[in-house]
Amino acid sequence: MAGGSSINVLEQFELHPVLGGLGEALRFSQSPLYMIVAVCLVLAFLYFGMRPAAVVPGRLQAAAEVCYEFIHNMAVDTIGPEGTAFFPFIFTLFFFILAGNYIGLLPFSFTFTSHIAVTFALAMMVFVLTVIVSLKVQGLRFFAHFMPEGASPFLAPLLIPIEILSFLSRPVSLSIRLFANMVAGHVMFDIFASFVIMLAGFGVVGDVFAVGPIAINVALMALELLVGVLQAYVFAILTCIYLREAVAH
Amino acid sequence: MGVIKKMLRAGLLATVSGVSLLAVSAPGAYATGMPQLDFANPLVTGQVMWGAVIFFVFYMVLSKAMLPGITRVLQDRSKRISGDLEIARAAKQDADKAVAELQQARKDAMAEAQAHLDQVLAEEHKAAEQQMQEINARVTAEIADAEKRVAEEKTRALSALKEIAGDTTQALVQRLTGIVPDAQLVAQKVESASAHSTI
Repeated sequence: MAGGSSINVLEQFELHPVLGGLGEALRFSQSPLYMIVAVCLVLAFLYFGMRPAAVVPGRLQAAAEVCYEFIHNMAVDTIGPEGTAFFPFIFTLFFFILAGNYIGLLPFSFTFTSHIAVTFALAMMVFVLTVIVSLKVQGLRFFAHFMPEGASPFLAPLLIPIEILSFLSRPVSLSIRLFANMVAGHVMFDIFASFVIMLAGFGVVGDVFAVGPIAINVALMALELLVGVLQAYVFAILTCIYLREAVAH
Repeated sequence: MGVIKKMLRAGLLATVSGVSLLAVSAPGAYATGMPQLDFANPLVTGQVMWGAVIFFVFYMVLSKAMLPGITRVLQDRSKRISGDLEIARAAKQDADKAVAELQQARKDAMAEAQAHLDQVLAEEHKAAEQQMQEINARVTAEIADAEKRVAEEKTRALSALKEIAGDTTQALVQRLTGIVPDAQLVAQKVESASAHSTI
């Protein structure tokens, strides 16, 4: 960008095979590696948190229980009594995304939720699940939902395509929301960090002014911590809402 | 099927290697688009495959091992808390019952004591009344007895008076006349005289 040194903010999203040829053959990049790291961290947190299984919990156990109860309440409150059946799925989804978002905030790591392939796959999984549950619970009445109740029959030619389109756009909006948020955050990090490097080239004055982008990056880190949990929450709560529609009789 | 897949994968790999070789030979061309949208890169689609496997394993471990463990701990706790509450509630009920019993017993004892007191008082009253009656009866009887005795004494005194009157008359007559009067006549005269006069 500036001068001879070109800074590519999208470079951070490139995938590189892990373990050289083996990774290449197995299509194993750092993205699945960080998925494994994220999953292991969550499982370790739950395992070591719940190992005492104390009646009066310690800090770590209380944290693990808060996580459990937060998702459990979300699933049951949103989906209804059937929520308990979907609770493990929502829990998995939420913590997979949350751990992915947060692990990406560590320097030299990788954010697998910044890949549309990953987020779209997650969204499609949710979409397919809701369609299967809908068809199983409601049968053919599921298709009646595409015509809003009480609407004039004359509007049907207009309403039905709109409803179908909005239904089909769910996985798209779900996946792009998460993907775009993560990409935007990391691009911002990269841009402001590159400002620091560029300013460093201007001598002492540059060094002084470089404090600005560093401060912005610190603030961005706080924002990204919020965005990371918020996006995981949005993904999970929307999944709950779709499932509630699916199990509604 | 597997063989075809493998061949496909190998073909894809070869393509990617070629593409990446091209990219290396032409710097700058690689950075034209977002790496996330480079679906020709098998690593991009490989994420989906690996992600599915990892997500599935994560789901399995959570739903079969981790979450039921947490559920058990939470249920144990709520069971224990509700059990303790139940015990406390039962203890409170027992204590309440004991207090009520105590109060009832006190009330009963008080009522019993009052009744006892009333009874004793009534008995005393009755006994006193009876005693009074007895005393009255005895006094009345004694008075009657005394009156009877007085009357008897009076009668006896009166009868003795006639005798004395007779004797006195006889002595008087004898002293005045010197004749001893007939006793029978004197008695007759005294009798008739006392009949006329009242004492």
